[in-house]
Amino acid sequence: MMLVTAIVKPFALDDVRAGLERLDVAGMTVSEVTGYGRQRGHTEVYRGADYQMDFVPKVRIEIVVDDSVVEKTVDAVVQASRTGKIGDGKVWVVPLETVVRVRTGERGPDAL
Amino acid sequence: MDTGNTAYVLGCAALVMLMTPGLAFFYGGMVRASSVLNMMMMSLVSLGVIGLVWVLVGFSLVFGDSHAGLVGGFEFAGLREVDLVVDGVPVQAFAMFQLMFAVITGALLSGAIADRARFWPWTLFVAGWTLVVYVPLAHWIFAFDGAVSEKGGWLANTLHALDFAGGTAVEIDSGASALALALVLGKRRGWPHEPMRPHNLPFVLLGAGLLWFGWFGFNAGSALAAGAVASNASVTTMTSAAAAVVAWLALEHRLDGRPTSLGGASAAVAGLVGITPACGYVDTFGALLIGVAAGVVCQLAIRLKYRLGYDDSLDVVAIHGVGGMVGLLLTGFVATDAVNPAGRDGLLYGGGFGLLGAQVVAILVAAGWAFAGSAGLAWLVRRTIGFRVPEHVETGGIDEAEHAESAYEYSPLRTRGSGPERNWT
Repeated sequence: MMLVTAIVKPFALDDVRAGLERLDVAGMTVSEVTGYGRQRGHTEVYRGADYQMDFVPKVRIEIVVDDSVVEKTVDAVVQASRTGKIGDGKVWVVPLETVVRVRTGERGPDAL
Repeated sequence: MDTGNTAYVLGCAALVMLMTPGLAFFYGGMVRASSVLNMMMMSLVSLGVIGLVWVLVGFSLVFGDSHAGLVGGFEFAGLREVDLVVDGVPVQAFAMFQLMFAVITGALLSGAIADRARFWPWTLFVAGWTLVVYVPLAHWIFAFDGAVSEKGGWLANTLHALDFAGGTAVEIDSGASALALALVLGKRRGWPHEPMRPHNLPFVLLGAGLLWFGWFGFNAGSALAAGAVASNASVTTMTSAAAAVVAWLALEHRLDGRPTSLGGASAAVAGLVGITPACGYVDTFGALLIGVAAGVVCQLAIRLKYRLGYDDSLDVVAIHGVGGMVGLLLTGFVATDAVNPAGRDGLLYGGGFGLLGAQVVAILVAAGWAFAGSAGLAWLVRRTIGFRVPEHVETGGIDEAEHAESAYEYSPLRTRGSGPERNWT
């Protein structure tokens, strides 16, 4: 099993969800985060005073999937959130030791 | 000079002024969090730019002596008539009262183009719109013969249509202009498939409350005298708004399963719009009828945009355009000169079809003039300097791109970065 984490632009979330639904990915966790990569922030101005906003709002999507569908999942996320401009985000994959479904106590791929 | 009436008109002018900031909240709450500042700024700059146009030439072109009933002259340009008093009230007080009408009407249009209009082109558009669209319409219906000037506009004096406080020049005008703007600018990216739900409903309710409050100045104040006609207009205004709220919520529960706060706020405005042309010419019965009709018809009219595919984002067409038409049309039925000797009897009071016909003509003239004028002007702005923000601004947030600000700072994380600094060179 793998944990796929994606940091993408907030407005891409709907497209990502739709793309993953087509792959029968059973669920995801989404959180609002801020940060920066190459995109850096932007400047806001209040009564003539410049404020450099270093952090940009992003969405973090976390998905746990079986090894067999990792590549397809990553491809779907990337395809749905690519605009070709700086700031489209990152996707990374890390192996998972185990997963437990709290309700039944099932472990491993059965718990997905 | 009549100090009582003068105080009343000045007070009502201030009441109507508050409607525009109220509208900013009403509209601001309905858009997404990333465009609330842009939405509210469109109202704020209407106070700025229409206020200027009005003081410099607008008032004069509406209330100056008429040229063939079509447009006034330049004799009051600059509004320096300190000593001129009409019916006991200084013309300057009346001009301020009327200024607020022009401002709120212009600001109303912005609801049709939420999230996607560039700020300066909007400012330019609404200034031009005041002169090209609002000024003639207001002259036709608000300028009475022998009031401020000897000759007034043709809808009021030749056709004898009844419009007490602006069902044509304000409501149908803003509705038809809004439709033109929505068509010229086009739909928002993702509309209607993507969710664009209101980001702050308490703002919408606050705005609706301020509008309702100010509307007593708008409607009753249009009597221009603190007396029986104003008092009756106050009663009919309240009756219609109250009836619209109850009727809208009941119908909404029936259609959608729940009475909603956005529905209630919209209902109040619809009821106030409906009674605007009628308030000084109908009694409580007429107001009740108009309120219920506005609450039902406007609500059904909102659904039209999804069927016909125009993105009138905050429903200016359905509430102000259709609501204004309902009010003007029903005035042709339920007007009675028993409440106001300056009025006429409608169809139900034995006045025949004369008034009803005049009301229909007034509706068609106002809608046609406003739509054509606004469409032409918006198209001109679009072709010359561009009206709409680029796609990445629409998805990334118009507040940040157009105003370099963000409305809310709930997370301390985002405020990191360098503090206020400036090149003081």
